[in-house]
Amino acid sequence: MRTKTPLLWTLFSAGGTLAALLYPVHLLLTGLAFPLAWLKAPDYEYLHGLVAHPAARVYFFFLIAFPLFHWAHRFRYTLYDGLQVKHLNELIDTLCYGGALAGSAYAAYLLWAIR
Amino acid sequence: MSEGTGHTPFHPKWYRRRVSVWWWLESWTYARFVLREITSVAVAFFALVMLWQLRALAEGPEAYARFFARLQSPWFLLLHGVALVFILYHSLTWFHLAPKAMSLRLGGRRVPDAAIVAMNYLMWLAASGFVVWLALRG
Repeated sequence: MRTKTPLLWTLFSAGGTLAALLYPVHLLLTGLAFPLAWLKAPDYEYLHGLVAHPAARVYFFFLIAFPLFHWAHRFRYTLYDGLQVKHLNELIDTLCYGGALAGSAYAAYLLWAIR
Repeated sequence: MSEGTGHTPFHPKWYRRRVSVWWWLESWTYARFVLREITSVAVAFFALVMLWQLRALAEGPEAYARFFARLQSPWFLLLHGVALVFILYHSLTWFHLAPKAMSLRLGGRRVPDAAIVAMNYLMWLAASGFVVWLALRG
């Protein structure tokens, strides 16, 4: 575990930065401004074309994968400290990092397959 | 991972006061810390929403219309409103911790904390502006 810590911390840190800089605007647009018609929502053709662009595929992959690892790292320690379930360490690690890994793989698959 | 908590004749068991599961409600500083850690749940939630959106985009216009209609339901609007509050809290705490996580040196001198925080806010503004511009161009 000790040798993996720097890698996990880098993922945590990169994900935290991406989420801090970009999640508020994406969430505000996708979750509130477009559904509530505060702003005109982009149509399917435009969004699809945008996401299919190679640079946007890479962008969305990073925007999903790194913050998922950020969550895994923080949430695991919240469970350790908050609920004091140290005896469940391995199960929690597997669920958190495994979940982040699965989400990243699914993002890669979707972004690879989109056309 | 054993951390010497086991009881052996040669190493008497340590005395440890039991801490309540609600330790973080004892002071505002602790509560703020746990609140900050909990923002990660909102982050993961929105990452999943984006995955869902990508899947809808990949499946076609009908699937995307269904996705968009779901976002307009009161439950999702409420959920997104709450998630936005948590994620904003994450952004603010992250920017203000940035100078503590890394010290930047320029010309042999340490860049003041306030300058690093300000730089983060500027990047935030620029990145958000770019995303809004790109999204509204369509």
